[in-house]
Amino acid sequence: MSTTVVEAAELEKSYLVDKSTVASWLLTTDHKRIAILYLGSITFFFFIGGIAAAAVRLNLLVPEGLIPSAETYNRLFTTHGVIMVWFFLVPAVPVSLGNFVVPLMLGARDLAFPKLNLISWYLFIIGGIIELYALFIGGVDTGWTFYPPMSTSFNQSHVVLAVIGVFVSGFSSIATGLNFIVTIHRLRAPGMTWYKMPIFLWSLYSTSVILVLATPVLAITLLLLGFERIFRIGVFDPAIGGDPILFQHMFWFYSHPAVYIMILPGFGVISEIIPVFCRRRLFGYKFVAWCSVSIAVISFFVWGHHMFVSGQSLYASVVFSLLSYAVAVPSAIKVFNWIGTMHKGFIRFDAPMLYALGFVGLFTIGGLTGLFVAALAADVHLTQTYFVVAHFHYVMVGGMVTAFFGGLHYWWPKITGRMYPEMWGRAAALIIFIGFNVTFAPQFLLGYLGMPRRYHSYPPDFQVLNVLSSAGATILAAGYLLPLGYLTWSLFRGERAPANPWGATGLEWQTPSPPPAKNFATTPVVTEPPYTFPPPELVQNRV
Amino acid sequence: MSDTYAPHEFQYSSAEHQAGTALAGMWLFLATEVLFFGGLFLTWIYARSQNLAGFDAGARETELWIGTLNTGILLTSSFVYSTGLAFARVGNNRRLMQCCFAAIGLGLAFLALKFGLEWSGDFDKHLWPVGPDFKFAGEPTEGGARLFYVFYFIGTGLHGVHMVGGIVLVAMIAWRARRREFSPLYVTPVEVVGMYWSFVDIIWIILYPLIYLIGRS
Ligand SMILES: [Cu+2]
Repeated sequence: MSTTVVEAAELEKSYLVDKSTVASWLLTTDHKRIAILYLGSITFFFFIGGIAAAAVRLNLLVPEGLIPSAETYNRLFTTHGVIMVWFFLVPAVPVSLGNFVVPLMLGARDLAFPKLNLISWYLFIIGGIIELYALFIGGVDTGWTFYPPMSTSFNQSHVVLAVIGVFVSGFSSIATGLNFIVTIHRLRAPGMTWYKMPIFLWSLYSTSVILVLATPVLAITLLLLGFERIFRIGVFDPAIGGDPILFQHMFWFYSHPAVYIMILPGFGVISEIIPVFCRRRLFGYKFVAWCSVSIAVISFFVWGHHMFVSGQSLYASVVFSLLSYAVAVPSAIKVFNWIGTMHKGFIRFDAPMLYALGFVGLFTIGGLTGLFVAALAADVHLTQTYFVVAHFHYVMVGGMVTAFFGGLHYWWPKITGRMYPEMWGRAAALIIFIGFNVTFAPQFLLGYLGMPRRYHSYPPDFQVLNVLSSAGATILAAGYLLPLGYLTWSLFRGERAPANPWGATGLEWQTPSPPPAKNFATTPVVTEPPYTFPPPELVQNRV
Repeated sequence: MSDTYAPHEFQYSSAEHQAGTALAGMWLFLATEVLFFGGLFLTWIYARSQNLAGFDAGARETELWIGTLNTGILLTSSFVYSTGLAFARVGNNRRLMQCCFAAIGLGLAFLALKFGLEWSGDFDKHLWPVGPDFKFAGEPTEGGARLFYVFYFIGTGLHGVHMVGGIVLVAMIAWRARRREFSPLYVTPVEVVGMYWSFVDIIWIILYPLIYLIGRS
């Protein structure tokens, strides 16, 4: 393989100021600029979904519900689910942080297919606009799962438009996943063998496998659903011999692996942060790498655990339950590896590390409560209650959103060339951690006591815990608004960032912050495995 | 290998590197298509297993001769295109262009037979599964036959959309062949489009028995 030398003049300009017209942003094929476009878009959707969540928590302050109509309440929580799942959680880390750092980490100059990358952003935006339009003209009340016959025969809301929005944005997921897989196979710098790749790349590779293989199944399922909704006749319609449970199988064949689309990139971010802020090699590198891959594979065979009470065969349920336990094993191995990395490390509590520590704790709770609902008998009691809501919010919000913020702070100097204000960063991390637990820990109790999810009102006995949860949500909201403020401030007033502010080892830190348009002056040659930090006793205290 | 003989995009180290990456991308794209149509075929076969009589009754109404003729047309089209690829590999852009035109012609013939003749006949025979004037309305096989025709129209419609996409791609190859862009050292776009065009056949090869053959006798 030959190395390409970029012109020295071209090098001096960072990607941010390389060209400055609006068209140079909207028609860019630079993975770093596309990452910025995506970062703005998903932030927007995060706050839209957040506003819907705030309305839900507001309604549940009083037992009879503050929002007069149950119908409106249904539309609000559906908005929250649809937006958060497909327009924030699924794309979040891959399209923003991943898009930015994957080529840099590989020592490549861009993704394999830069134009496809831009197309994927436009598909995302088109899907997003359709979705917002559907919500604006009245919304959907089916829940984010679109179960028929509820979604096809028994409601008046804008199911077809909402489904089209998700369908279109699905192709943006496929494009991104395809680009990452091909890039990681084909564009590694000389010397960058698979076992020299940072774990973030292994995680995104596994994520992309799911994106590429599961999303098409969602696409065909939604297409069949859309046909049935439009013509009132279709393959999920029991009146003509169709099968509504078939929809659930197809839907969860995508949507359970999608849970790992949402969490695997988080695992990757945490595996980058912890070694850097402990000055230690990642403990059990190969185990962590292969655990990502095995999670991706096993995740395709557990979907039936969403259907334990749907009337599916008991034997199927037993197998699905067993496999669901199996998928917990590689996840647990990772948690132990992170803790092993920290053991006897020289730990610095910068904001990214605070987020990482929060992640490990919250994800562990989310994962362990997942075992409760994977158990057949326990699930009969817990299914469709707030216990499930709390469980997946611990994984999705406590896990994924925390990891996203951790990664955002960690790579912020690289992306923008500016340091974020450290004190504010730490404060926000703590506020988010506290707010999150106050919001969602009470929901475990509510669910255990039998409060069903998706109800507009509840018996007065549950009010104390619900008020606690809503109060926590305000703390959480404040925690999420803080970074919006101080990160924006840092864009203009933040301290200039050096190339490698954290003393990290990845290739992305060996090029200036922000990187030049073509990433590297000369193609890097990799000789060392990742995370080669000196032993902690040799590290001087730099704080 | 050297990167002196053919241009390549800046993110690759050589033209060969770029060519191999393009092929890898298309293979992976086809994998997503397999899962997309795979979902359709799975639901189709499952629904059939639950409604055997209705599906068989529906299948008997299909136009076997059009389906069979179309199968031949589509396979021939792929063969012709592959011949064009062989010409491209020896640098004969003119023959490649002619092969593309022939492949496009056969593709259009397929679409004309399928949607011009067959679909319109189906509508005339009241086989559109929506509404009360469906051919099997009131019969015991009504539900299954309706399901069969839901799958029939969705399956052939989706395949048709892929055909149209393929024809556009082949036309682009023809245009580039006209400008003599291909050489023995640069045939990757011809190969990539060829993979897609053959894949469209493979989908049809599964659709053909599902629609016309199974349960016909
Ligand atoms: Cu699941």
